[in-house]
Amino acid sequence: MGYSGMQAAPDILFRTLADPTRRALFERLCAEGEKTVGALTARAGVSQPVVSKHLAMLKEAGLVRDRHEGRHTHYSAQLSALAPLLDWTSQMTGFWQSRFDDLENLLRRMDQ
Amino acid sequence: MNGAAPSAAGETRTVVVERDFAYPPEKIWRALTQPHLLAAWLMQNDFQAAVGHRFTLRKEPRPDFHIAVDCKVLAVEPHKMLSYTWDAMGLASVVTFTLTPTTTPTGGGTRVRMEQTGFTPDRPQNIAGAKAGWKRMLGDLETVLARIE
Repeated sequence: MGYSGMQAAPDILFRTLADPTRRALFERLCAEGEKTVGALTARAGVSQPVVSKHLAMLKEAGLVRDRHEGRHTHYSAQLSALAPLLDWTSQMTGFWQSRFDDLENLLRRMDQ
Repeated sequence: MNGAAPSAAGETRTVVVERDFAYPPEKIWRALTQPHLLAAWLMQNDFQAAVGHRFTLRKEPRPDFHIAVDCKVLAVEPHKMLSYTWDAMGLASVVTFTLTPTTTPTGGGTRVRMEQTGFTPDRPQNIAGAKAGWKRMLGDLETVLARIE
């Protein structure tokens, strides 16, 4: 709900996630849920200002959302922002076509 | 004959893949419903052709990566139609196979139509099991990027 307006064009998503540090930050938020900049910095291998800069770019692409609580800012992943990039329909079409190839092979091997 | 009809995020998306096989519906039905046969062309499974039965499709293409699709049987019409839910990577969908007998010069054949309708999640971060799928997708990004350059 309400994500569609935040969705970025695929090329912005690609550009944003092409950077390994940004991708690692995004992956961590996907896997571990909401985190503060401090918690993310602890394992990012780069300084806090660098992490903040990358988070700002992820936010701009709609890939993360921030939430302020006291002095801390919490970041969370917005998986729905990936929808244009996933291109589910073409992935699944390819998947079923190759499955049908295997089905054909199986049917040939099966006895009546 | 294949078709894909993508639509805006938050709505449904449908994938249709159809193919004619030179085998009768009864034989195709066995491949769709017998676990060891299903495993040979789709994925490892604990399928049973019983409405309401929950099962999981599994695949391990790499030692560090597992695919699991959570499914529930919705409809079973022997030799004609089979439908089940297909939840993977945070995307809920329904897969329906329809078998239509055809006549071929060599005897009876079957047209198999697979229709998959997906629903984009409105709270994807809450959906369990999405992690591995997303990780893989992100891993595949390099490949995709290389392709579009």
